[in-house]
Amino acid sequence: MGKPMRIRAKAANGETTVRALMAHIMEGGQRKDSSGNRIPAHHITDVTASHNGKTVLTAQWGSAVSQNPFLAFTFKGGAAGEKLAISWKDNKGDSRTDEVTIS
Amino acid sequence: MKRKLALVAVLASSVMGLAHANDVEAGIAQYREMLQDGNPAELFEMSGEELWTTPRGPKNATMEKCDLGKGPGVVAAAFVELPRYFADTGRVQDLESRIVTCMVSLQGFDEAKILKTGYAKGEQANVRDMATYVAGASRELKINVPQDHQKEREMYEVGKRLFFMRSGPHDFACATCHAEDNKRIRLQGLPNLTGNPGDGIGFAAWPAYRVGNGQMWPMQKRLNDCYRQQRFPEPKFASDATIALGVYMGVNAKDAKSIAPAIKR
Amino acid sequence: MNTTRRQVIKTTGVLGTLVSLGIITQAQAIAADARPGFATKSFSDAIASLGGTPTTSADIAVNTPDIAENGAVVPVGATSKIPNTTDMWFFVEKNPYPLAASFSFPEGTDPEVKTRVKMGTSTQVTVVVKAGGELYAASKETKVTLGGCGG
Repeated sequence: MGKPMRIRAKAANGETTVRALMAHIMEGGQRKDSSGNRIPAHHITDVTASHNGKTVLTAQWGSAVSQNPFLAFTFKGGAAGEKLAISWKDNKGDSRTDEVTIS
Repeated sequence: MKRKLALVAVLASSVMGLAHANDVEAGIAQYREMLQDGNPAELFEMSGEELWTTPRGPKNATMEKCDLGKGPGVVAAAFVELPRYFADTGRVQDLESRIVTCMVSLQGFDEAKILKTGYAKGEQANVRDMATYVAGASRELKINVPQDHQKEREMYEVGKRLFFMRSGPHDFACATCHAEDNKRIRLQGLPNLTGNPGDGIGFAAWPAYRVGNGQMWPMQKRLNDCYRQQRFPEPKFASDATIALGVYMGVNAKDAKSIAPAIKR
Repeated sequence: MNTTRRQVIKTTGVLGTLVSLGIITQAQAIAADARPGFATKSFSDAIASLGGTPTTSADIAVNTPDIAENGAVVPVGATSKIPNTTDMWFFVEKNPYPLAASFSFPEGTDPEVKTRVKMGTSTQVTVVVKAGGELYAASKETKVTLGGCGG
């Protein structure tokens, strides 16, 4: 189970803006350790966001997305008190889901 | 005529050089501005808050009775008044050394062990996270490091001496880089820490998340790395020397707005 | 690293065969990205993997800084004003693997997103969108002062 995300979802003027920070090393796979061996890529591959159970965004990420990734997007609808959830999966089979209340 | 043309050429190229330098500075300012939206330091802050309120250590207690200078359990606004004198330990302490004091007295951790642990390892990672959390509770507040107690004033003077003390194989001091206005190493501006560098600069910017290595750096790590860059011997974690430097810089930064935890390159 | 039978069986397809034959290790199998586009090293091939040639469009705003102080974290974003935009891809042209991220927008979600990518060197960030089944693209150059791939 991955580490907790920091998610903020704010509803205004008929739409909800989501800003999220995910805790993940996002190892690119280019670096070498002190013995000269390549450190294998370890990164989030899939992200899904849903509002009240309905998918509002899906993403596929490669190893070039930065460490502790940031994501921001906006969808129509959503109101204070409703739920916004974000899930990620990485290439080592780890995953994480966090849910917040839209403010 | 030739001389005039030459002069014009020199002026033109220096103006172009200046314009180019300004473009670069504006570009970097834009980059830094774009980084503000979404600071991974918040992830460390969340972790720190969790650690603060979770019973841990041999005594299975939380940190919620920790006195950071404003009374037991008061976290809000504590960061901008550190380092300061603490009667219970009889010394001037900075944020991280005070966190360790509380981990020892409230939770029963072994002080020597924590001090010896390397940056971001074991309990030091937890000190880092809690320092980030405490700093975040002073966002936007004005730096107000106290000088009421005799020892606080002494530490200011000690810090000042250390700041200007040249040593190490390069004969550097903090002052070598940080005692003049408008100094720069390559593209990195160097704040003048002998005076008040302003809001969110120098003392008022640490702890900070460094995007270049994805690491969260509290002040102890920042000072440790400054010493490393000068090729000095490694300072002991939370030593009086490092705390004294914090007092010196903190007092100099009076009334600057804290932006900690910040985000940096 | 202990490669248990369970782990070997979990790795499916070609990669699984290579692992069971001892040709690549479990670690390597986990590392290799099998998704089309993401494992492509050439920028033009990565674009081609989208299944068409995008038309340049002025209706895609590529929001990247002119200069990145550190290539490890470069804020990138894009907004598409093209109606019926359903998907968006971000390419960093000179990266070892140019395709960095893709996004899909269900009905009701703005075709606009912000994230951060690693850039190994100064190069173009190219954003491709699919709108109404057609591909469109726009690019912007970002200068990088310190490479972000760690190599």
